[in-house]
Amino acid sequence: MTDEPAITLYRLQACPFCERVVRKLDAYGLDYRSRFVEPMHANRDVVKRISGKRSVPAIVDENTGLTMSESGNIVEYLEKTYGGEA
Amino acid sequence: MVMGLDFDVVDLPAADYPEVGDTAPDFTRPLVNEEFWEDRSLASLTEEGPVLLVAHPMDGAFLATYVWNEIDDRGWANDVEVIGLSISSPYEHKDLLAERGEDARLFSDPGAGVAAQYGIERDLDGMTGVTEHRPAAFLIDEDQTVQYAWVAETWPDFPDYDAVEAAIEDL
Repeated sequence: MTDEPAITLYRLQACPFCERVVRKLDAYGLDYRSRFVEPMHANRDVVKRISGKRSVPAIVDENTGLTMSESGNIVEYLEKTYGGEA
Repeated sequence: MVMGLDFDVVDLPAADYPEVGDTAPDFTRPLVNEEFWEDRSLASLTEEGPVLLVAHPMDGAFLATYVWNEIDDRGWANDVEVIGLSISSPYEHKDLLAERGEDARLFSDPGAGVAAQYGIERDLDGMTGVTEHRPAAFLIDEDQTVQYAWVAETWPDFPDYDAVEAAIEDL
């Protein structure tokens, strides 16, 4: 269990934008760790600390040292980084 | 022991739980802190240091409240990783941590599968279909060996806090 995934996804249960990112991670067979936060924005200090915003999804990728939020940006990033030449 | 009652408290059937010297069964469940929850294994915690695993009835039951108040009063979280365990959801654990359980975290085990692994299941009378954890405390060292074990034998029953504290000091 010391082998922690390089990618951490901050997510909210049943949030469609988060699921969109999950689909992409699964499609590329990427190992990731899920951290669930609360529906209340005010209670998401952990997300604010890592990404500067309280919105989810937010992703931390230790492979590239990148942290980002907003599903559109994340999906685009995953496609560019892990999508291959196809 | 519940003192001063002029009736018999309910005896619970004998439990077959991990004893001192046994390896604590490993499991993975959502582990809840004040900010988020994520899947964690017991082993991933013990490899960082000793763990006091405290199982209790669902969050909100007076027994759970009293146990956490006592843990906070004694400041055990300063000496050992204090980890709760109940069938309550991560949302309920977060509410609990907002009130008590300073520097503690809790595993969420809604299906009581960990209760089964540890031999501390209890089917609740009058709450059909609900199985939860008997009050129990296990002090588990870095090798995942049980150093202290206590499981409730009556209902209700509370840990022998002085004995737990002595075991923590002996680590």
